[in-house]
Amino acid sequence: MARIVVDPVTRIEGHLRIEAEVNGGAVTDAWSSGTMFRGIELILRGRDPREAWIWTQRICGVCTTVHALTSVRAVEDALGIEVPANANLIRNIIAASQYVQDHVIHFYHLHALDWVDVTLALKADPAKTSQLAESISPWPKSSRAYFKGIQDRVKALVESKQLSLFSSGYWGHPAYHLPPEANLMAVAHYIEALEFQKDYIRIHAVLGGKNPHLQTYLVGGMAASMDPNEPGATINDERITFLAELASKAQAFVDQVYVPDVLAVASFYRDWFGRGEGLGNFLSYGDYPLGGVKDSTRFYLQRGAIFNHDLSKVHPVDPANVTEYVTHSWYQYADGDQNAKHPYQGETSPKYTGPKPPFEHLEVDQKYSWLKAPRYQDHPMEVGPLSRMLVAYASGHSEVKAAVDGVLAKLNAPATALFSTLGRIAARAIEAHVMAGQVSKWVAELGEKLGHGDLRIHNGDKWDPDTWPKEAQGFGFHEAPRGSLGHWVHIEDKKIKNYQCVVPTTWNAGPRDAKGQRGAYEASLLKTPIADPERPVEILRTVHSFDPCLACAVHVVDAQGRRYAQLKAS
Amino acid sequence: MFPSNESFVGALQKKGVNRRRFIKFCAAMTATLALPPRYVAQVASALEKAKKPVLVWLQFQDCAGNSESILRSSHPSVLEVVLDLLSWEYHEIIMAGAGHQAEAALERVVKEEKGKYLAVVEGAIPLADDGVYCTVSGKTALDIARRVCSNAAATIAAGACAWDGGLVAAAPNPTGAVGISEAVPEAKVINLGGCPQNPANTAAVLVHYLTFGELPAVDQYNRPLFAYGRIIHDQCERRAHYDAGRYVQEWGDEGHRRGYCLYKMGCKGPQATYNCPSVRWNDGTSWPVKSGHGCIACASHRFWDTRSPFYDRLPSVPGFGADVTAGQIGMGVTAAVAGATIVHGIASAVRDRMRTPPGASTPPATRGPAEKN
Repeated sequence: MARIVVDPVTRIEGHLRIEAEVNGGAVTDAWSSGTMFRGIELILRGRDPREAWIWTQRICGVCTTVHALTSVRAVEDALGIEVPANANLIRNIIAASQYVQDHVIHFYHLHALDWVDVTLALKADPAKTSQLAESISPWPKSSRAYFKGIQDRVKALVESKQLSLFSSGYWGHPAYHLPPEANLMAVAHYIEALEFQKDYIRIHAVLGGKNPHLQTYLVGGMAASMDPNEPGATINDERITFLAELASKAQAFVDQVYVPDVLAVASFYRDWFGRGEGLGNFLSYGDYPLGGVKDSTRFYLQRGAIFNHDLSKVHPVDPANVTEYVTHSWYQYADGDQNAKHPYQGETSPKYTGPKPPFEHLEVDQKYSWLKAPRYQDHPMEVGPLSRMLVAYASGHSEVKAAVDGVLAKLNAPATALFSTLGRIAARAIEAHVMAGQVSKWVAELGEKLGHGDLRIHNGDKWDPDTWPKEAQGFGFHEAPRGSLGHWVHIEDKKIKNYQCVVPTTWNAGPRDAKGQRGAYEASLLKTPIADPERPVEILRTVHSFDPCLACAVHVVDAQGRRYAQLKAS
Repeated sequence: MFPSNESFVGALQKKGVNRRRFIKFCAAMTATLALPPRYVAQVASALEKAKKPVLVWLQFQDCAGNSESILRSSHPSVLEVVLDLLSWEYHEIIMAGAGHQAEAALERVVKEEKGKYLAVVEGAIPLADDGVYCTVSGKTALDIARRVCSNAAATIAAGACAWDGGLVAAAPNPTGAVGISEAVPEAKVINLGGCPQNPANTAAVLVHYLTFGELPAVDQYNRPLFAYGRIIHDQCERRAHYDAGRYVQEWGDEGHRRGYCLYKMGCKGPQATYNCPSVRWNDGTSWPVKSGHGCIACASHRFWDTRSPFYDRLPSVPGFGADVTAGQIGMGVTAAVAGATIVHGIASAVRDRMRTPPGASTPPATRGPAEKN
């Protein structure tokens, strides 16, 4: 028996540590630990709830914008504010384009190197690579000369012995199965995707001033002013044309590069449809309101839960059923660490009881993570693109169903194959395809509103804090790229009294609960084959398939506990 | 991307970048750095001779927003920054290796490139409770920062958190977070505040270092003057409206649609310095004020506590009397900047001397306030 430690887990956001027990060439148990803590919710207390979004957005710069959206929704819920339809539309465009951006970066820059051996690209025949590329996609950058140029770059890099970011990869590992030509094609698209992501995200710059960390949300709507004829307006006719062009280019990239690449890679790694299965419980809050944010029956992506892989039944979801455990987390509850608490009753005091650094191993039978363990009706749940696509598929979402069935047909795989490491990757690509299309549709809709003189972007009825009740509390949600995100805010005397976030990666990467139930990462790593314990690329494959975001995942609130000084700037 | 005995330009030519494009790139860099046009040739010449220095990027109590920001770099592109200008050997968010192999890559740089490599730090460093609030491979952020930054030729603090603790150090600073200068006083640090840092400025600092063998002239906070020397309000496209007394009164009103001044909506532009309005973001596409929202002064010192509440009009910010106008506050900041500009003049004169080429054994010095003359 050997204990494998992967720390830092790289090509993720944040600080994640995986410890795994390996017996007979396979993982027999695993522990997931978040190793960084900031305490942002503590910092929020006593501040103006209208600016909470500016602060919470900084929970994560990879999933930038998602906490901003969730935060304004939470405060709007608390104060009973309905936002104008334009504001909702702009929010949908920003959020959906974030999916496309994030999913592309995830596949190429965070995940691909688990499947692609960059050094094998040197052995490829550029002519055959061109044939391969043209056989799977009409994407125009596919000539022999193009791939030869890329190969020359890789050759120069390898010969320089200054491999930069690629210096420490698991090159030559027996688990890499792509033929040289597929490796070369993937390296070319890795480079193209780097260009794509910086161009495409100008959608966020137009609507939000910059990316990362957009600066255009408001409690009550958006600050992106609309006027068809005003050069000084954030959104005018010229900007709509620009947004439409970016949206259309993204559809081409997703459909002609990203999706075909996922299918190509998957076809060489079919074993991974049977690995990394995980919990079999899937949660989605649903999102993209087509009416009001309260009407979950009119969300573009449905709300629902699936238990035990049963796609025949989608269960209704009530956020009141969300709780968190700290039994194995470095926090304590006043009435004992065996209980679970709803975020409104949530209580956390950070208390590190792990080994003193530097350390070799965590005490995994005790507390071992800065992440809490969220549960839904006491069940551990997986969240993210796979959960959303399964809930949408099982709920009869026509575009999702068509896309999922199309991919399954091309891979000659049954729907149950989606419960896997590759299933998560495929679901993400399918979602990028569906949402890239939605961005175009919503931009067109925004253009129509502009044309019809519907310019309202903000509901200012409750902007003045004097109009607020003495006390209020609210829930905001968003289906972020990595999954279900909830913020719970408690406002008293115009200030934030308490704030709590339950975040996608907390669901997925959280530790065990009081009953010993594993979190999603921990469960999905069981039975993973390990060819070489010194180079556990197989662990990275499954963990990366969730697209970890640890900065988001670690948070703390302190509902009834310690008092902190008034947080006024002085 | 090129053999260690080959020049940057040679490598660029190999991958199909012609000399014209290279000179265009040098001109863009020279402009960002606010150097006179005659420096284009000098930048080009220095880069032609440059061997690839090694860079490591450390992430501590961060949100990765600064990493994402550098991924959006356009001139030069991220690929040019990461593969061509430098050998980018450690950066957790995007590097190939993980676990032991990643640790080994960092250790190799510290040992074999001692005193020669550049370090970038993103995120704050927690000092409370023996540093348990941030560990990587079982070691505290402080231990890693000390080892890596004290052995680096220079350290770039990317973003607000690495500079002064940023959001993580905002009251009540639950983890005792500090910036890199406070955590590792012996490190030679240049601060690139901002939330996040603008990648155009980071790229410009890197190019300046490659060109002149030292870091650019800095202000009293060790921030490069080319990026932090001017008040946002003075560079703002809405300034004419302010001067004419035309303000946004309510979100979405006629003034808002016409792009009037956001001062009454809480804009901190008069109390902030940054080149945000001129360099802009995402390939020059926009910046926060253009998107209709006030500036939050994210490049100012400890802005989370000192510039919030973000929707209060400036005169009510603690520290200023209620009768002080934005213009007067602006003058206060201008006075501080004018002091720094004198320093800048001296530094520019110094810059005219011949530079030590990059890779030379003498590490470049960051001029602190005491050493500026």
